Amino acid sequence: MAKPSQRISWYPGFREMAWLCLIILYAPLIIVTIYSFNNSPSITIWKGFSFVWYNEVFFGPEAAKFKQATINSLTIAILAAVTSTVIATLSALAMIRGRAFRGQAVTFGLINLPLMVPEIVTAVATLIFFASIGFERGLLSILLAHIVFCIPFAYLPIAARLQGISSVYEQAARDLYATPGQTFRLILFPMMLPGILSGFLLAFIISLDDFIITNFVKGAGVETLPTAIFGAVKQGIKPNIMAISTLMLAASILLVSISYLISRMGNNRD
Amino acid sequence: MAGWITKGGHGAQTSIVDGKQHILLMPAWVVIGILLVIPVLVMLIYSFLTQDFRGGVIWEFTLEAYDQFFIDRGLFGDDPPRIEWTYIGIFWRSFLQALFAMVFCFLIGFPTAYFIATRAPKSRSFWLFLITIPYWVNLLIRTVSMKFLIRDTGPLNNWLMSWGVIDDPISMINTNFAIQLGLFYSYLPFMVLPIYASIERYNFALSEAAADLYSNRWTTLFKVVIPAVKPGIIAGCILVFIPSLGAFLAPDLLGGAKNFMIGSLVEEQFKGQSGDWPFGAAVSMILLTIIMIILLFYARAQSRDNTGGH
Repeated sequence: MAKPSQRISWYPGFREMAWLCLIILYAPLIIVTIYSFNNSPSITIWKGFSFVWYNEVFFGPEAAKFKQATINSLTIAILAAVTSTVIATLSALAMIRGRAFRGQAVTFGLINLPLMVPEIVTAVATLIFFASIGFERGLLSILLAHIVFCIPFAYLPIAARLQGISSVYEQAARDLYATPGQTFRLILFPMMLPGILSGFLLAFIISLDDFIITNFVKGAGVETLPTAIFGAVKQGIKPNIMAISTLMLAASILLVSISYLISRMGNNRD
Repeated sequence: MAGWITKGGHGAQTSIVDGKQHILLMPAWVVIGILLVIPVLVMLIYSFLTQDFRGGVIWEFTLEAYDQFFIDRGLFGDDPPRIEWTYIGIFWRSFLQALFAMVFCFLIGFPTAYFIATRAPKSRSFWLFLITIPYWVNLLIRTVSMKFLIRDTGPLNNWLMSWGVIDDPISMINTNFAIQLGLFYSYLPFMVLPIYASIERYNFALSEAAADLYSNRWTTLFKVVIPAVKPGIIAGCILVFIPSLGAFLAPDLLGGAKNFMIGSLVEEQFKGQSGDWPFGAAVSMILLTIIMIILLFYARAQSRDNTGGH
């Protein structure tokens, strides 16, 4: 085998750039993770390993505030992810199965619209809309706003999965006198499941992560985890913020890994 | 292969959703229509209404918000009208920040994507996984981490000082440099992933052919590879540029109070005591218009690429 430098596809420095890219992406996260275990009230002087700031997060004076914010965040994320996944699944069936219809391109644009409109504009528009119809701002307004921008994130993996499933299975079921409902429940749905699960997880993460839109449409006194963290950071970064960040980081990595494994499992089975 | 099936009992190929497509799409239409399309239209109307102090509006038509954005009439509003540069300046600064973020992301993102796409399949998917993870990590937490790292008393300055590279901490936070770093760091994965997807489909026989015709590596890169993967590059540039233009977290947390960008300008109209909703709506409309124009050009260029050429 030829040396890499003799291969046509090889370029000097590209490997180093890729490593640099990884370092840039990970260095701040790794450093915050390390310092979250710092046994010191000062945030930058290293005084040895300890769980003191995790203790602070769970039992300290701000514990109640962050606990309530976490409960709010999880409740909203679960409800928004379930709702948007149902909507996205129905839409994917209509868009990808069945014949072309008038307005299909417009519908595709509509489903992806939340990705095209900048977050800050969506935030302003939603706030003004709720205010103009006198809709009270609180958990429900946050939930409704989240459902909208979760739809495209749930739609993409579900649609991709459905596109990969040949329609011969449904045709066979129909030929054996299964009703459309039975065909969906017994044949198509189980095959779509990896896509639906990974769509659900992505919608869940996206909802859990959102700051800008939530910050605009939340009522006074209602906090989700990101808005609570933002409020705390505004008064200076304290070590307990780093502990919370590390916990959220771990949760995100766990969810993405699960989503990745599910979609790989789904692909391998075919 | 499926031919014998379609000849079966049910005649022509039918789908289980035939005739029900509109019912299935109804939830998406209703939710996105009511909670996004109508709100944007209401925002457009609000941008033409009169400001009520302490947030909110009076339902009287006026061009006041756009006038305030574009035209300077002096402190008491009776000077001869001149162009107001304050807000155009904020847009221009945001535009430059987004442009630089896009260029830097490309300069490091392209080699990275190329490198990943030329790995063996196993290590390729591992690299991709590593690039994807930060994309899904909370942007607020990523930005706070960056703020922590580059503070005056942060780890970066401490290390540089303990290694004797610098004597006094470099003040990086609350500068345009910090915003640039934050935007670059926030949106780097958005550049790598679409370019990777393009290079993965690139046929390396084209590079071989170029080499056989005595093209050197770099000529091949610029004359063959880059033109072939252009759609991925443009997609990556748009995915970095658009969120950078309307970014709020990086300018707010890393740029401090004096380095205003569009996101902070908008936020201020709805958060502070001086809230001017029609003006905030007008700024958002102007931002949305700019972005829709960019996307329109993109869509046209894409359909031209698909019909002609290649």
